Amino acid sequence: MIKVAIIGLGKMGMSHCAILGGHPDVEVVAMCDTDSLLQSAFKKLTHIACYTDYKLMIDETKPDAVFVVTPTRLHYEMTMYAMEKGCHVFCEKPFSLTLEEGYQMVALAKVKNLVNQVGYVNRYFGTFNEMKRLLATGIIGTPFHFFGENYGPVVLKKKGGTWRSKKVAGGGCLMDYAAHILDLVTYITGQTITGCRGTFMPSIFSSEVEDAVYSTLELENGLRGQLAVNWSDPVHRKATTSLKIEGDKGKLEADTTTLKIFLNEANEAEGLEKGWNVKYITELTPQVYFNLRGEEFSQEDFHFIECIKNGDTKGNRCTFEEAMKTDSIIHKLINDNQ
Amino acid sequence: MMMDKVILGDNQFFAVNHLSDERSRQQAIRFKENQAIIDVLDIAIDCGVNTFMCTTHDRIASICDHVRKNPEKYKDFKFHPCMPYAHKYANAVTELGIIGTLKAYIPGNILSVASKAGIAYMRKDFPSLMELLVDAEMKMFAGTKTPVIFLQNVITDMLMGLGMRELLVHFAEYVKKKYNADAGFITMNMPHLVDLCEEEGIKNPVICSSINKIGFRMSPSIEKYEEYLRSDKEFRPIAMQCLAAGALGAQEAMEYVCQFPKIESVLFGASSRAHIQQNYDLINSLLRP
Repeated sequence: MIKVAIIGLGKMGMSHCAILGGHPDVEVVAMCDTDSLLQSAFKKLTHIACYTDYKLMIDETKPDAVFVVTPTRLHYEMTMYAMEKGCHVFCEKPFSLTLEEGYQMVALAKVKNLVNQVGYVNRYFGTFNEMKRLLATGIIGTPFHFFGENYGPVVLKKKGGTWRSKKVAGGGCLMDYAAHILDLVTYITGQTITGCRGTFMPSIFSSEVEDAVYSTLELENGLRGQLAVNWSDPVHRKATTSLKIEGDKGKLEADTTTLKIFLNEANEAEGLEKGWNVKYITELTPQVYFNLRGEEFSQEDFHFIECIKNGDTKGNRCTFEEAMKTDSIIHKLINDNQ
Repeated sequence: MMMDKVILGDNQFFAVNHLSDERSRQQAIRFKENQAIIDVLDIAIDCGVNTFMCTTHDRIASICDHVRKNPEKYKDFKFHPCMPYAHKYANAVTELGIIGTLKAYIPGNILSVASKAGIAYMRKDFPSLMELLVDAEMKMFAGTKTPVIFLQNVITDMLMGLGMRELLVHFAEYVKKKYNADAGFITMNMPHLVDLCEEEGIKNPVICSSINKIGFRMSPSIEKYEEYLRSDKEFRPIAMQCLAAGALGAQEAMEYVCQFPKIESVLFGASSRAHIQQNYDLINSLLRP
């Protein structure tokens, strides 16, 4: 059994806790949260040990792995402490508030030879993985443009109360929403985003943070594209993420449910016709042992557990080092906006 | 009492499409007006469907109003409410936090010790807080027939994963006592849930889960589902996502599902007369003919 402890039982923390609870080889031994309502709920209704001090929790329960699911500004001290104690760490996104702290976490994970993963869940959707695979085969020729979008109804009124609306805590649409697309572009193209231009980040309802992010991004291989992200969009029932990549031989358009492939010429090896082809999530989704809110969330957690079971500290699909690429471009977007 | 063999779902009305975000947008536009939903329900009734399984979405309240105002027309019409409308809470938790969400959705002042809500909150009495949330969600259905009341899969599976089994048991007891309804559970993990109900003494539960030929959204595996559907384990299965979000044709999809006589009802979403009639006829003729 792999013993896991979770720090931070907000929406994502609860989700990880329940998914891990459904894994046959995992025992969730402890949780840490300062909220008194959550404390009593877990004490009264579960067998999970409850703490308000994460250091005490790690020292007493000695977990194999720790999930850090707290506001971004707390990631550094918690992740560092857990790794110092020899725990593998899964940290939620975005990874760190400052680049210096981020690189220290990357370095310590390497020195301690620990499994390290950041929670960019888009990396586990069947549609996006198929897009990545097809792109790498060169099926659309030389890409010349991409367009990454993310819209959702998170902040639809003036005034909001949680850390997500506080800049110092790592809130805002850039950190919370745009980070997903930045990571997705990095993952699918296999290229680091090196620059950005023409960035603007309007506040629509929030007083302290931006509610939307628009920019032109440039990748290390010179490919450019647009970023359009808005978390104050009432049109969408839930977060809607999509990426389009255009090349001289065709284009790929993926969201979380569908992958559309347009080819100038048929591709027999892939069994794809000239013109539009559509692949659906139903044919691209592997089955998971326990499904809470979509296979991708289970796969994300189970992948981390698999890496621990296999002692694989290098083959993780979203290491701290990978996540630093997104943190780095986040800082560039902030600078470009000023 | 047995449930109807054929149940109409509501995803098509609220822009839920598991296969296409684009189709979602088209649906959102078509069903912008409540009358468009009522028109489809009337077609469904005309085709022989008398049970409507729906989330406790705000817009369902006006459908309930319409049903109450026309008692003769809807005398055989039943709702299967599914609670909560998860996105409402998920978005609220992101914006307001957990306490803020409880304040917003629990009727009465949770900070006042003069209310049931306040006392339950102060005592951290979670079964009572759950009762208050159930009552809040059920309010819109007052005066309509709700023979089965469901917990949405995200809640069922969350409580199952967290090991908060007591709340699942309490939900079943409460809807029986307060609404004289059977408890239903929607889940993505049917075999796990059947085991849990057996262990916790939830007798013969209604369990609604994806059941389709290609094993879509069937955890841990299609083989395990088939084993349970052929077993003599005590549960009342409802099959949903039989068409695997549109990946399967109606005929082959229903032939697969209806090979299991244990399945009490089949749930599907459709908004045209032709599709509703086709699915109704298939299910009616293939399931326990």
